[in-house]
Amino acid sequence: MQFIWDWFRWLYQTTGINLTIFYDQFDRNRFADGFLTTVKLSLICIVLSVLIGVIGAWLQGSRLRLTRRVVYWYIQFFRNTPPLVQLYFFYFGIGSLLRSSIGSGAHPLVSNVTWAIVSLSFFAGAFNVEIFRSGVEAVPKTTLEAAESLGFSRLRAYALIVLPLAFRISLPALNNNLVNLVKTTTLAYAIAVPEMLYVSSQIWSDELNVPVMMNVLLICYFGLVGALVYLMNRWERAIRVPGFGA
Amino acid sequence: MPETDSRPIVSLRDVHKSFGAVAVLNGISMDVPKGGVVCIIGPSGSGKSTLLRCINALVPIDRGTIRVADFDVHRLTSDKERLALRREVSIVFQQYNLFPHKTALENVMMAPVYVLREPRDEVRARAIALLKKVGLAAKQDVYPGELSGGQQQRVAIARSLAMRPEVMLFDEVTAALDPETVKEVLNTIRELAKEGMTCMLVTHEMRFARELADTVYFTDGGVIVESGPPSELFDHPQVDRTRAFLSQIL
Amino acid sequence: MSDLPVLLPAATRLTRRAAAERTAGSPRLRLRAEHGFALLVVFVIGCGIAEAQAGSDNPSILATLWKWTPLLARGFVFNLAISFVAMAVGTAFGMLLGFAQVSLLRPVKRSAWLVTHFFRNAPWLVLLFYCMFLLPFQMTIFGVTIPLPDWVKATLGLALPVMANVSEILRGAMQSIPTAQWESAASLAFSRRQTLWMIILPQCIKRMLPPWMNLYAILTMATVLASIVGVNEMMTLTRQALSAEARPGLLLAFYGYVLLWFFVYCYPIARWTVRLEARYAVNV
Repeated sequence: MQFIWDWFRWLYQTTGINLTIFYDQFDRNRFADGFLTTVKLSLICIVLSVLIGVIGAWLQGSRLRLTRRVVYWYIQFFRNTPPLVQLYFFYFGIGSLLRSSIGSGAHPLVSNVTWAIVSLSFFAGAFNVEIFRSGVEAVPKTTLEAAESLGFSRLRAYALIVLPLAFRISLPALNNNLVNLVKTTTLAYAIAVPEMLYVSSQIWSDELNVPVMMNVLLICYFGLVGALVYLMNRWERAIRVPGFGA
Repeated sequence: MPETDSRPIVSLRDVHKSFGAVAVLNGISMDVPKGGVVCIIGPSGSGKSTLLRCINALVPIDRGTIRVADFDVHRLTSDKERLALRREVSIVFQQYNLFPHKTALENVMMAPVYVLREPRDEVRARAIALLKKVGLAAKQDVYPGELSGGQQQRVAIARSLAMRPEVMLFDEVTAALDPETVKEVLNTIRELAKEGMTCMLVTHEMRFARELADTVYFTDGGVIVESGPPSELFDHPQVDRTRAFLSQIL
Repeated sequence: MSDLPVLLPAATRLTRRAAAERTAGSPRLRLRAEHGFALLVVFVIGCGIAEAQAGSDNPSILATLWKWTPLLARGFVFNLAISFVAMAVGTAFGMLLGFAQVSLLRPVKRSAWLVTHFFRNAPWLVLLFYCMFLLPFQMTIFGVTIPLPDWVKATLGLALPVMANVSEILRGAMQSIPTAQWESAASLAFSRRQTLWMIILPQCIKRMLPPWMNLYAILTMATVLASIVGVNEMMTLTRQALSAEARPGLLLAFYGYVLLWFFVYCYPIARWTVRLEARYAVNV
């Protein structure tokens, strides 16, 4: 490995392209941590938002009017306000309320990373609820009846027939939303979560290599989001049923 | 019609065309004299529409020669040459393909104004006359979406005529129409043919072909199976395949 | 084609929506009147909280809001200015890029595709940072020195994703025009450029308008991102006002107030978008 790092040091000395994130161990670790934080943040939020989507879609079919109204307003709030406002709402609004009511002093009860996860998951989750709901609605009732008439129990009919179909129908819309979510994780910068954008800003204010770091950052995000889009498209194609959907 | 030029205005020699592995035209040769009316019949998928598109240089051919008026269609390389050819040869499509954002009159006027760069007033007068000719004088300010299929098709014919072409190609122009409106479109074409316009029609209207055509070509599998005057081809077909096709359709 | 539906219209709707989102680059904003009402309720509750927490020596919440309104309004005008300019610049370049994407020259087409997707995949905030830090504070062109204040740089930063999305919206619209229209124009001897300008583009505009307006509404809401890079727009000023007042109880009332401003501006745009889309759907 060492010769790679040396090469980048040589690159700096000869061309002035200062990639401290390669040859300087401290910066390398910082940046790697930031990159991993972004990936982890994305993955956790994806999982949570899908969970929220499934639960929300299920609650939307509830017999209780109140439950349906709550889910409805949850979706409306998160769909139609800027995610940055949502983040501030959680971190400064609810966060400070918790702090002042519990009064734990310097150490906030809930860390900024947690607030970012909560806020972003709820943001993406709101879209997922809608997506899954319309996915389930897209499967005709007769398909369920056919399954039941073949002796499947209701639960198994859902698990084996309705949900797999619904999932295939939902996938393209879900993918759009997840790609959007990964891009939105940058907002966590605003509440000082040490993700890729945040550590990059620390690095360039220490090393004064703003242009280089900016380009690194842009390429990293392009690569990250591009890889996600590519994988999702492959997945969509792989599980598509011929003659199904548009 | 006094016929001074004995040379055919459209002349095809051994035209080949394939899309990928599928051979659509397998050596087609035909001559159309000026003022002639030619009908091409045959089962669907026998390459009839492709043939017309080749003559208009919308589709390049693989082998053979196509000559239209003074153009060697198979040798045209630049867009400029292709555009020059298309002023001489006009095509009317099965699906009319009018421009939906323009009124009937504007549809007719557009190409002469912007392509031929003729003065707008002149074009306007001619376009109104053309719409009148196809029986749609009252519809000049109506958008295509508000016209019936037959009306749209007649606007499309007027639009082609506005370019003052030497040759008109009709690609199954009545196939997408309701039976009631077929007649009005056929009447329009009949008038054109009687005025001496060179016409090539791909059609399924056998009665019309018999009435109007000088020569009928029966194509199948990308080759001309049989050709001749309608009275001979329809009444005394020589080849089994033609007979089978005609017995199916008549 | 079987007569019985294998899937219900909901599936088609979802597929179509996913496809539309993919070209537009962002989900549809769907503002309804009830959202405004809900915001109003939040705002009133916020005022109530502020009032309850306020001591007797503090002025009333409405008086406090009124005092700050001129400053906040100035910030909002900034948001609007950023959104106008970013939209105009982004649309102009986006159209160029979109046309380049359907160019017959392979290198032009490929590089336009790359540029479009590069900026579509980059998060808005990163692009904003990019412009904030990399553009100089002034530029000298032909001996004329043009100052580039922060808000101009932020505007350019937001224009980049707008450009990429407009490019893709245009390409999508052009692709949705039936090829028969190209063929028909070619048969009438229109050149490629004439076909694009006179036949294809006019038909595209109707299709592009709804996603374009939706993009504008989203951009307007995204202008608050400029607060992160320190532009004195409404969000920044709100935070400053809050810290000047130093009363945590004001938080909900103030943010509710800001959101109401944005809602009042974006709501008519969203309604109009829906109307246009419905009209377009009938006329297909």
